[in-house]
Formats: sequence, structure tokens, C-alpha cells
Amino acid sequence: MNGIVARRRVIDAIAQAAILLGTLIVVGFLAWILVILLIKGVGAFGPSLFTVPTPAPGSKGGLSNAIVGSLLLVGTAIMVSTPIGVLAGTFLAEYGRGTKIATAIRFVNDVLLAKPSILAGLFIYEIIVRPSGGFSGWAGAAALSIIAIPVIIRTTEDMLLLVPNSMREAAHALGAGRARVIVSVAYRAARVGMVTGVILALARVAGETAPLLFTALNNQFWSANMSGAIANLPVTIFQFAMSPYDDWQSLAWAGALLITLAVLVLSILSRVVLRNPSAKR
Amino acid sequence: MHGTAATADREGEIRIKDLDFYYDNYHALKNINLDITRLETTAIIGPSGCGKSTLLRILNRIYALYPNQRATGEVMIEGRNILDRSTDVNRLRARVGMVFQAPTPFPMTVYDNVAYGIRLYERLNRADMDARVEAALRQAALWEEVKDKLQKSGQSLSGGQQQRLCIARAVALKPKILLLDEPTSALDPISTTKIEDLLDHLRNDYTIVIVTHNMQQAARVSQTTVFMYLGEIIEAGPTSKMFEAPEHERTMAYITGRFG
Repeated sequence: MNGIVARRRVIDAIAQAAILLGTLIVVGFLAWILVILLIKGVGAFGPSLFTVPTPAPGSKGGLSNAIVGSLLLVGTAIMVSTPIGVLAGTFLAEYGRGTKIATAIRFVNDVLLAKPSILAGLFIYEIIVRPSGGFSGWAGAAALSIIAIPVIIRTTEDMLLLVPNSMREAAHALGAGRARVIVSVAYRAARVGMVTGVILALARVAGETAPLLFTALNNQFWSANMSGAIANLPVTIFQFAMSPYDDWQSLAWAGALLITLAVLVLSILSRVVLRNPSAKR
Repeated sequence: MHGTAATADREGEIRIKDLDFYYDNYHALKNINLDITRLETTAIIGPSGCGKSTLLRILNRIYALYPNQRATGEVMIEGRNILDRSTDVNRLRARVGMVFQAPTPFPMTVYDNVAYGIRLYERLNRADMDARVEAALRQAALWEEVKDKLQKSGQSLSGGQQQRLCIARAVALKPKILLLDEPTSALDPISTTKIEDLLDHLRNDYTIVIVTHNMQQAARVSQTTVFMYLGEIIEAGPTSKMFEAPEHERTMAYITGRFG
């Protein structure tokens, strides 16, 4: 008996140590990345980062054109992707549950979820950039949408599946129709997770570089014109980080820090706003 | 629709004729015939899997949410066959309230939980809605406990309170029939007593059908008891007779705890 107990204790201790080690490695690397990002990025961080466009090598400048471009690209992509992704996820979890078509769509979506992001860029290049005769912000937003939609579909479906069926039945039992049950009960119960999914998608596309290389390209100058090539943070970071110029390199770090902070702030904000489900009357 | 069809002496009346029920090809209920007395409490008892919940779930057609479930026969509620294709199931469900085994408060405030069903069918001003919500919570013997917590989440209440909230939510629609599917099986004894007391108060105004595993509960709350076994009704009659002198041997065996 004691032998068995002792053995179990040892295994338990080993398992705990392994779990702790794994966690430390992950968190450690994450912290390392953040620390380096802070050290390298904070140098170029200042008001001019937001007010001055990208400079020529050797002169002072900021990232204002890239920031605005990224906001436009990511904002457009998320505004297009969220309704599509939420509706498709709703179909999978609510209307199509258990049907063959839903199984097929889910499979295709999982494939899209795992595809290399550069494919999104190539695809949009072929269907939009080439026919339209040039790089554009719209093409960039389209490429980002292709990446964001599968993420939103997946999280929406997963979150809706977590809503207990008994809750849906209870709403039906009060005489609510299907659509109303979904909107007023299922969405409500799943909304924290659904919003987290949208933010996850946003975080994912905010840093995507490859799909933008073929679509939005980049722009050295200030431009908010979505019909032409437009500056954006990821491609600027890519270009500046690869350059031999010190001030470009430190701007690249500042841009990377900026994306990270923006995603962090957004995640925290959404959590704070959604935390109390009964705050409003 | 149902409201206008029902004359006063038919309110809350349920008559089941030649009812069969299938899950895919599984024949779950066999030739059920049962008249449920209006404005009384009827308890349905029987071992697990005998079809008592299935029978209850036909009475508001909640089973119809699932495409593989099918009922044939006649279920006359207030003079209309609810199995007819033409039945407006949402109206029917507003008329026939249901409380489930596990409490299912919606993720919203206590107030909004109670107002949920009302808002589906009526547009009330604030004062009228406040009055309806209060009346429903009082009927469910919950008002005193939650009157200062109306804006708290319904899910923050205790299990017993949540279940009474679900009863309040159902009675707020002023249904004539109340279906309860093992409403106390997830609750502690004190909450169970509260709900049983509540059922005793409600029975004058509602036709109540309660499915229960607990035979003492059936004896305490019901006037009529129905014993089911393997998808059939073995025996139905006045509760006192069912528990003291059942006619059927199997009923006796179940009631005395020899199986089930």
C-alpha cells in the first residue's frame, strides 16, 4: 500500500514540476519578447511617432502614415469580417448543428484557419490587384478579411456551443422564436467569448505582413486613400527593420511595440466593459 | 389564438388521445390516453426512461425543436389539437409554461429575466411592467428575497432562488398550464420545501403537471398521480388511492420501492 502511495506522490510531484516548467518557459519567452520590445521600442516612442510620417533615411520622422494606414486596413477588415464571421458561426452552431453541410463548412473553415497567410495575399493579388491595375488599401483590407473571417467563425461557433441547450429550451418554452432565442439569449450568454474572438482576429491581422506585401504594399508618404497603395505598420516594420539605418530600425521597434500595446489595451478594455453583465438596465 | 379559442370551462384543460412518440425509430410513448383535470396538480411518476419527461415535453411541443422527434395522435389543449401543423407553437408555449430540471436563468438581470416573456407579447409602459414583474415574483414567493436585487444578474442568485425565478418567469406570462420537469431534483431540501409550498399556492389558478422522481413529493403536491412504465401509462388515479391502494401490481411494486 505505502509503496503505491509513495509512487503516486512521486508521479504527482514530477507532473507538477513539468507543468510548472512548461508554464515558466512559455511565460518566460513572452516576457523576454515584451522586455526587448520595450527596451528597443521605447527610444523612438514619443509624440512625433504619431504626428510625423515615415522619414527618409538619416532624417527625423515618425509613423503617422503607417499608423493611420493600419487603422484603416484593420478597421475595414474587422468591420467586414465580424458580421460575416458571426453569421457563419451562428449558422454552424445554431441552424446547421449536426447537418452535413455544417460539417463540410466547418472542415473548410479549419483549412482556411490553418492556411499560410501569404496565400491570402496571393489570392487577392490575383482577383483584385491585377484586374484593378494596382496596389490598394481595399485589396489589403480584403486580404486581411480572408484571414480574420475563419478566426471569427471558429470562435463564434465554439462560444455558442458552450451555451447550454437547456437555456435555449427555456427561452423557447416562453414562446420565443428561434432568431430571438439566438439574439437575446445565446448571443448574450456567449458575448464575452464572441468579442474575445473578434479581438483575437484583430490581433492576428494587425501584425500580418505577408498578405499586405502583395496588396496594400506600402507608401512613404501620408495617404488615407484606400484606392491607392497605403502605408501600414507591419510592412513598414519589415522594411525598416531590414534596413541598415539606425533611426529606421528604432522606428521599426517602436511600431512593433505600438501594435503590441494596442492589442493589449483593446483586450483589457473589452474585458472591463463586458465583465458586468447586469450593469445596465 | 389559443386565448380566444378557450372558453372559461376549458381553460387549462388537457386531453390526450392515442398519442405515440418516436425518437427516430425508437417508439418512446405507446398509445397514451389521459385526461388531465384542469386547475389541479397531476404528478407523473415512474422509473428513469419510462417516458414521463417525454410526455411532458409534448404538451408545449418543445420536442419539436429537434427534427428527429415525432408525435402522432391527438393532444387537445383547451379544445384544440396542438399536434396540428397549424398550431402556432410560440403562442402555445406562452400559454403553457415550463420549468426545467436545472434552473436556467438567462444571463441578464432578475428583472429582465421575468420581463423576458412578457416583452415577447406585450408592450407595457414602465409602471405596468414593474407591477407585472413584482406580481410574478410574489407569486413565485421570491419577491421579498430579491426586491433589492432586481438589477443584479439572475445567475447570481442561489440555486433555489434561480428555480423560483424560472417559475416567476413562466407565470409572468399568465399561462393556464404549468409543466414542471423534476423542478427540485437539483435543489437542497429547504429550497425543495419552498417550491412545494409554492406549488400548493399555485394549484388553484393553474393546471400543473409535474414529473418527479420523488414519490413523497408526488404524494405531497398532487391530486392525481399517473404511473408510467416503459412508455405506457400503467395506472392513473387520485393520488391518495394510487399510494394507498393501487390497482396494478407494478404500481404497487414501484411505490413501495421494490424497483425503479
